[in-house]
Amino acid sequence: MSMQSQDIIRRSATSSLTPPPQVRDHKLEVAKLIDVTVCIGCKGCQVACSEWNDIRDEVGHNHGIYDNPVDLTAKSWTVMRFAEHQDEGGRLQWLIRKDGCMHCADPGCLKSCPAPGAIIQYANGVVDFQSEHCIGCGYCVTGCPFNVPRINKDDHKAYKCSLCSDRLAIGQEPSCVKTCPTGAIQFGTKEDMKLVADDRVKDLKERGFANAGLYDPQGVGGTHVMYVLHHADRPELYSGLPANPAISPLVSIWKGVTKPLATLALAGVALGSLFHYVTKGPNEVSREIEEEIEAEDKEAAK
Amino acid sequence: MIRDPKDLKRYNASERANHWLIGISFILLALSGLAFFHPAFFPLTQFFGGPVWARILHPYIGVVMALAFLIIFFRFKHLNKMTPADKEWLAKAKNMVDGNDHDMPEQGKYNGGQKVMFWALAVCMLLMTVSGLLIWRAWFGFDITLVRLGAVVHAAAGAVMIGLIMVHVYAAIWVKGTIRAMWYGTVTRAWAKQHHRGWYRQVTGK
Repeated sequence: MSMQSQDIIRRSATSSLTPPPQVRDHKLEVAKLIDVTVCIGCKGCQVACSEWNDIRDEVGHNHGIYDNPVDLTAKSWTVMRFAEHQDEGGRLQWLIRKDGCMHCADPGCLKSCPAPGAIIQYANGVVDFQSEHCIGCGYCVTGCPFNVPRINKDDHKAYKCSLCSDRLAIGQEPSCVKTCPTGAIQFGTKEDMKLVADDRVKDLKERGFANAGLYDPQGVGGTHVMYVLHHADRPELYSGLPANPAISPLVSIWKGVTKPLATLALAGVALGSLFHYVTKGPNEVSREIEEEIEAEDKEAAK
Repeated sequence: MIRDPKDLKRYNASERANHWLIGISFILLALSGLAFFHPAFFPLTQFFGGPVWARILHPYIGVVMALAFLIIFFRFKHLNKMTPADKEWLAKAKNMVDGNDHDMPEQGKYNGGQKVMFWALAVCMLLMTVSGLLIWRAWFGFDITLVRLGAVVHAAAGAVMIGLIMVHVYAAIWVKGTIRAMWYGTVTRAWAKQHHRGWYRQVTGK
């Protein structure tokens, strides 16, 4: 499971003073570019994901909508979300977004995880769960600004898209990219994907989508899964894609200042108590009062 | 060793057992909780059979502590009502800490500091219980904002509570003759007369 990739730039519950092996930290950042405007909603990516990663979700129920399964699960790392949108001209648009882990540059899951090494970030930007170290607390779910990780009810461990880190390691693209029949999902260096996106956005603007744009939210330091959207000004239209995702301030307080402050305060109380005892001495019952009691006893005995 | 039959009974067996149930669960909770709170304490999970066991057991131990605390809360609540003498004691607490307790006002079964401790721990316990339920994913699935709030409150209140208990334990070590009350329930008359003269008068009729 633990590949000796030696390009791990971040490791959960580990101080930057004791970094993980990262001698190969020169690697280029990669990105998956999902062009929502070209997606036909075939769900080939869902099938490819399930096949390559060899996971079989329960066959669910028809909920009366195209989304199937209706949500990400521990065994469905990507799902297509279908949203109907009526544009200004009254025309129907079907906004189909392939949902899954965004592989944030500043991952809220990794920040929240209390288990050393259960979540790692590679130099190429992939955020990967190391399931054998996962303790099942669900803090990654609490920390994620995109509501992606899911706890598996069978083994109580968290799962999500790995961006096919195993395929990437041997120079292949993620399986969803490989399978996409319309080329809506592309993969390459992040820089290249931005160039591809630029062309697509330019094209869309020429075709009347004035607000077309790239979704690479800076609130989480940018992501390694990016979208080309026709309505980049309103990402919420795409089944609630957050407009300005960021690690919640509550999570930042919890996993930020609270940790060193509380640890120092507790150390202060412990040392303060010790030195109080050493400098002030114990609070003994005074000899005077003991003698008073003894005198009373003698008095009573008479 | 036969103790002085004239020693004063401070806690009965049931109260002592109740206190120890809280004490044991607190220690287990603090060790496992610190492990999840800060990576520096993560090795403490080994006391529980590894990190996964620590994660599984922690909330159940929390339920035990919350229930045991609730019982002791109602047992001792009436003894912890703040009085003007307590406020005076608190105003002079610095002298006490400096080691000079000669001019401290007369105190009942509990002094002002102990009463502040009682209420502070009660508030922490309430916060810990509510926030703990919010983040207990094995059984509950609350709204994400509530879970995040729960996580911060649980961490902060937990740290405060551990600090308070450290003070509580240290005070018992510092004031000689106190710890026996927790073990077998009695204190000497001299101890009571010095530290809790009001209570001493009440139980001895002097």
